[in-house]
Amino acid sequence: MTSAASHSAPSGFLARRLQGLRIWWTMLVICLEERLVYRGDFVLGTLMRFLPIVTQVFLWTAVFGATSSGSIAGYSRNDIVAYYLLTMVSRAFSSMPGLASGIARSIRDGSIKKYLVQPVDYVGYLLAARIAHKLVYYAVATLPFAGVFLFCREYFPPIPDWTTLGAFSLSLVLSFLLGFFMEATLGMLGFWFLEVSSIVFAYMLVQYMLSGHMFPLDMLRGIPTGVAGVSVADVVRFLPFEYTAYFPAAVWLGKVQGAELVRSLLVEAAWVVVMIVACRIAWWRGTRRYSAFGG
Amino acid sequence: MTRYLSIFLTFARACLVRDMTFRANFVLECVTSLGWMAMNLAFYLLVFTFTPEIGLGTGWTKEPFFAFVATGMIINSIVQALFMPSAEELTEMVRTGGLDGILVQPLDAQFLLSMHRVDFSAFANGLVGVGLLCWAIPRLPQPPHPIAILLYPLLIACGVAILYSLVIMLAAATIHLGRNQSLYDFWFYLTNFSRYPAEIYSGPWGGPLRALCTFVIPILLVVNVPARVIAQPLTEQGGMMVAGTVFAAGAALLISRWVFQTALSKYRSASS
Repeated sequence: MTSAASHSAPSGFLARRLQGLRIWWTMLVICLEERLVYRGDFVLGTLMRFLPIVTQVFLWTAVFGATSSGSIAGYSRNDIVAYYLLTMVSRAFSSMPGLASGIARSIRDGSIKKYLVQPVDYVGYLLAARIAHKLVYYAVATLPFAGVFLFCREYFPPIPDWTTLGAFSLSLVLSFLLGFFMEATLGMLGFWFLEVSSIVFAYMLVQYMLSGHMFPLDMLRGIPTGVAGVSVADVVRFLPFEYTAYFPAAVWLGKVQGAELVRSLLVEAAWVVVMIVACRIAWWRGTRRYSAFGG
Repeated sequence: MTRYLSIFLTFARACLVRDMTFRANFVLECVTSLGWMAMNLAFYLLVFTFTPEIGLGTGWTKEPFFAFVATGMIINSIVQALFMPSAEELTEMVRTGGLDGILVQPLDAQFLLSMHRVDFSAFANGLVGVGLLCWAIPRLPQPPHPIAILLYPLLIACGVAILYSLVIMLAAATIHLGRNQSLYDFWFYLTNFSRYPAEIYSGPWGGPLRALCTFVIPILLVVNVPARVIAQPLTEQGGMMVAGTVFAAGAALLISRWVFQTALSKYRSASS
């Protein structure tokens, strides 16, 4: 009897796990199909993301043309172009368009309540949906990305060694998770404020500037904060934003190496854990104060 | 014309009443919008810590460049306030069939679809632009010519007309695609080309790109021509560009009208 129980417990556990995986896989497939319904819109949106990089390349070429220095904040003109292209790769992983506003909307219009009564984890569902979104995006964007990178290959330093490539890949996966849980947590604020569009916009502004998406964060090293010996770059390093754009690009370009690289990856992983916990707490506390609106 | 003006003013009044009903939200929208502008200005200030001008010998030093940026802010704020909110709604109307209700109205469909919503908070950027222009003009290496001051509002209107035409053509694409959630993104990315002086587009790739964005999609005329007129000395070439911009604005309005009407004729209702 004891032996039978001890055998059935693991098989029950395994069955539950398999059932969970099956649900998650179904959610992923549904989300993939949903993404592919409006293919034209999706392809157009994907291709357009390359347009801003063109203006940045010309802007920085003009800036370098007007300055006698061949290097700005440790970046040559080629480094800057390579940096912007690499931040596009980082943002392809970490950007989560519509995630926070979508969560807040489902809280506001009451549609979130179906996730409260179904045996589906809402955050897990959102993660599956986002992975589906990204998979479709990568499928569409790989070719244009490869084309642009091939076209701009002269701007890049030689391909880094395997360790750096591994660290780069890891930093991208972590940036995806960090971006997802940061935005999901932001969306959960909808349990308290209902309308979070202004908060999301403010977050986007801060994120755009402090993530390194707008310019390499090393350029902030010379900007004083008013505190002796502390630059704006030093302050920005204490925030999680740089891991969503700057850090992966800096890893590829060899700006972060050795012990500093390991330390930064650990800090990035720690930020992911912090945001997962914050997201879970926000969900747990939010659903306890939630009142359903809508039919 | 008077009838349409009166209807537009009614729309604008209704939007203002709506905005004032949620005053806190309106103020917050103004603040966030200004935040975006402040961030861009901070970026330009950072760039000028590394270089005295944008492009060697172009004349776009700090003050003229900020006059350029201010011009862009004014033009974009007018378009964002008057046309973008309506154009964004169109994308959803096509998908849900809401467009049917507009098409049966006894008014011009393009007018109704492109001007029924006014976002007053977007004017905040324009006001900052005016302030920035007032700061930059006395600091320019050469004060603007009186003719330039007279031409400036006309060229601003031309810039708005070109951007409006672009918005209309992008909105028309919605009818073919079924959904065009990327409309706003595409608008942002395309107008990105107009945010910097045309001189930066040089070299074997920049030259053709500059020609494309001047003669085919005249996005480079939108900010560059009025900004050049106000911030740099008037030249004969500048006079040609002014004439070209007025022509481009008229042509863009006519072409966008044709594109929109053609797209509407292909619209098939999505409602039951």
